[in-house]
Amino acid sequence: MSNQISQQMNTAAVITWRALAVAAALWTAVATAASGAEADTAARVVMKDFMFAPAALTIRVGSAVSWTNQDNEPHTVASDAGVFRSGALDTNESFTFRFDKPGTYHFLCTIHPYMVGTITVEP
Amino acid sequence: MSDTPSFESRRKALKCLAYGGAGTLFTLAGGVLTPIELALAGTDPKAALGRPLFVQISDTHIGFNKDANPDVNGTLSRTIELVNAMPQQPELIIHTGDITHLSRPAEFDLAQQMLGQLRTTEMHTVPGEHDTSDATVTEYFNRFGKASNNKGYYSFDHAGVHFIALINVLQFKPGGLGTLGDEQLAWVAADLKARSSSTPIVVFAHMPLWTIYEPWGWGTGDADQLVSMLRRFGSVTMLNGHIHQIVQKVEGNITFHSARSTAYPQPLAGEGPGPQPLKVPDDQLPHMLGVTSVSVARHPRAFALRDSTLS
Repeated sequence: MSNQISQQMNTAAVITWRALAVAAALWTAVATAASGAEADTAARVVMKDFMFAPAALTIRVGSAVSWTNQDNEPHTVASDAGVFRSGALDTNESFTFRFDKPGTYHFLCTIHPYMVGTITVEP
Repeated sequence: MSDTPSFESRRKALKCLAYGGAGTLFTLAGGVLTPIELALAGTDPKAALGRPLFVQISDTHIGFNKDANPDVNGTLSRTIELVNAMPQQPELIIHTGDITHLSRPAEFDLAQQMLGQLRTTEMHTVPGEHDTSDATVTEYFNRFGKASNNKGYYSFDHAGVHFIALINVLQFKPGGLGTLGDEQLAWVAADLKARSSSTPIVVFAHMPLWTIYEPWGWGTGDADQLVSMLRRFGSVTMLNGHIHQIVQKVEGNITFHSARSTAYPQPLAGEGPGPQPLKVPDDQLPHMLGVTSVSVARHPRAFALRDSTLS
């Protein structure tokens, strides 16, 4: 099982991530630069004023979600279950994750854990 | 204190501190922790009477470059100059986290290089959530994990005082407060078990070990269990950073103290959308980054708290 993870700088440069083994779920996020096209078509969530907006989003399986930080303070986005986890996103930086499995994914910002949201992935 | 030239240089360093912010100096007098104002170390002979026990530095946020302070390297440098100019060098310095802003390797490298300029025998750290915000949560531990065998919590003794370093920035639950976790709490219980109640205890962690403002996560959800283990001790000092401002509380023999940042101020609890860097007029920044003291006059119940800023 692999998913593409990318984190885009505001310059549109793409950072590749080290492989992150999430033992509990035995999911592996492979360090792959997502194509620009995928980031372009991803559903968008912004982090602004210390909130995720929208806080709840429903997508189809196989779709990607892109989170962009519009605050002057870094944020992260991390799944409660350890399915995905971004690095620190500075102002205007983004993180994109493609959901290959239906389900409900709760996430938070690990720097400001009262910032929470949910992605619902429909089959 | 008779060396005029160096006295002058300390005064200059103090002016730098006024701009840069610094740590809090603690001295040990008669087995009781007596925190004093670091700013006085260079100017007030009485303040230098005690044996300097340690200095706390916090929230250096190396890598931060926004309006609230475009030169966090400069303010940390001035803080280091000040500490190095103290009449008696502290043998121990602790950093209560947010060493870096974005957990990036270059930030850690620069911070380590700068903190290495502190003239001290021992340096101990705990991570802030900004230090563990890399996707793999490895950058901090690769550099500072040895003391705790990569667990993030550990203890040590220094000058008759027992120090306990704790991590409360990893096990976040939605809704917000920091968490120590059962495993760490069990370790603390075991660590304290054989210790005499007369042993002075210093506990330090990044996030406050008591709830200051829950909506912004300014607290530690299971800290009550920690506090209950510490009540039997005659002198307990709980130190943290995270909120970039002085907040204090005294509860029985336990003093809670939240340190300022060397980097930038944050708003008072609940003011604005969140705990983001606070941009203040340049001439006010020194007041926001200055040193505040905690003075404990007599142990255990007679105490005096004094907040003051430098300008």
